[in-house]
Amino acid sequence: MSRTDRTAPAAPSPRPHGAQPLLRVRGLQKAFDGTPVLRSVDLELRSGQVLALIGPSGSGKTTVLRCLNALERADGGVVDLDDVRVDLGADPTRAQLDALRDRSAMVFQHFHLFPHRTVLQNVTEGPLVVQRRPAAEVRAEALELLRRVGLDGRADAYPHEMSGGQQQRVAIVRALALRPQLLLFDEPTSALDPELVGDVLALMSELAREGWTMVVVTHELTFARDVADQVAFMDGGLVVEHGVPADVLGRPRQPRTQQFLRRLLRGTELPPDDPTDGVRTVAT
Amino acid sequence: MTTAELIGDSLWPIVSGALTGTIPLALVSMALGLVLALLVALARLSPRAWLRAPARAYVSLIRGTPLLVQLFVVFYGLPSIGVLVDPWPSAIIAFSLNVGGYAAEVIRAAILSVPRGQWEAAHMIGMDRAQALRRIILPQAARVSVPPLSNTFISLVKDTSLASLILVTELFRRAEQIAAFSQQFMVVYIEAAAVYWVICLVLSAVQSRLETRLDRHVAH
Repeated sequence: MSRTDRTAPAAPSPRPHGAQPLLRVRGLQKAFDGTPVLRSVDLELRSGQVLALIGPSGSGKTTVLRCLNALERADGGVVDLDDVRVDLGADPTRAQLDALRDRSAMVFQHFHLFPHRTVLQNVTEGPLVVQRRPAAEVRAEALELLRRVGLDGRADAYPHEMSGGQQQRVAIVRALALRPQLLLFDEPTSALDPELVGDVLALMSELAREGWTMVVVTHELTFARDVADQVAFMDGGLVVEHGVPADVLGRPRQPRTQQFLRRLLRGTELPPDDPTDGVRTVAT
Repeated sequence: MTTAELIGDSLWPIVSGALTGTIPLALVSMALGLVLALLVALARLSPRAWLRAPARAYVSLIRGTPLLVQLFVVFYGLPSIGVLVDPWPSAIIAFSLNVGGYAAEVIRAAILSVPRGQWEAAHMIGMDRAQALRRIILPQAARVSVPPLSNTFISLVKDTSLASLILVTELFRRAEQIAAFSQQFMVVYIEAAAVYWVICLVLSAVQSRLETRLDRHVAH
């Protein structure tokens, strides 16, 4: 199912974590109308790893994702993704930004499915129209992906006929069908009714287990703790604290991280660690 | 001649004026006007100022001057600078330019009404601006613009009566000729009004069906 795994697109393909970082971001900067949103963001992620980006609203988490997918043009910084290097401070060309975008796919908070297209058409639009892959292959792969997320039989439905949770699963399939190197999730469960959150998080956990490399902006701390290999806490356009979930979420060192977690957890407690949960190799 | 006889004798000339004048004039002008309007709307939404400025000036000029004046400039004005245009082409040029100005604003608003997330999703899957417009944005904008564009078209059908003033033989010019000949102004002009009304009723029905059709796959 990974981008390199073209012969068996729908088969789970666990991959060992690579030695080289798949994604490296250095000094990422972005200002909107003179107001800095990203001051200088550094991130590193190896192939197969999951990074959870947490932080208060306005801290720049979403902007990081949007810069990685070239939906925003960062003002400065260098992004290495797979074999592409883009120096955003050096006035990158359209082709360079496209190359960056081609290697990642995004899942939006509000899904942004195409309302005038069926579920299947939503999924196949990019592979067919942009990537110009063979129609039969694209269709088969899309149907298989839909089956795997429990949406078989809904290929010909229109987005508005589905629940939010189903729509978000379609949006995830749309992203997977592009065969990206990197999956970007922008608060994928924030717009969902509480009872629909679980399905989407379960699907994302499954993708993580299969070895997809993911950056997830989220407020779901349980997900961050159980699924992510790294957690980065952002505040004021900076990564304030960065490390394995046990450290950042369990023993935060920075006062701002502590304060944020306290506020987020007020009245709720993280459920205790489930010792049966698969132990993931964790980067240090 | 009784009123009934007058109506019986004049109905066909008036209806045939609609069939050979009013309706083709409106259809051709609408079609050309829509093409123009799409280009102007896209120019107005362009990031390039040198495209936006003339598009804005054009819309302002068209909306800020009477259609009758626009028609006269083309038909009576242009010959004085050596450009002689026949009645029919004059009418089509003036009406197309006029519809283009109004419909451009409708299309621009419709494109802007498509949520920004649709552009972003289109870009995310790798589309460039042209692909995103053609495959994602315009189909959704089309649904939004059907009611206001129907208004534009219905107005155009009625406005074509102005073409009688530059000697195009359409519905109203036929009615004028018959009225002048029979001296039955009331009856003949009401007859003409009724024919316009019937055409517009048909157009309204077409609009409803089009809206229902385009509505099928849109959330309410």
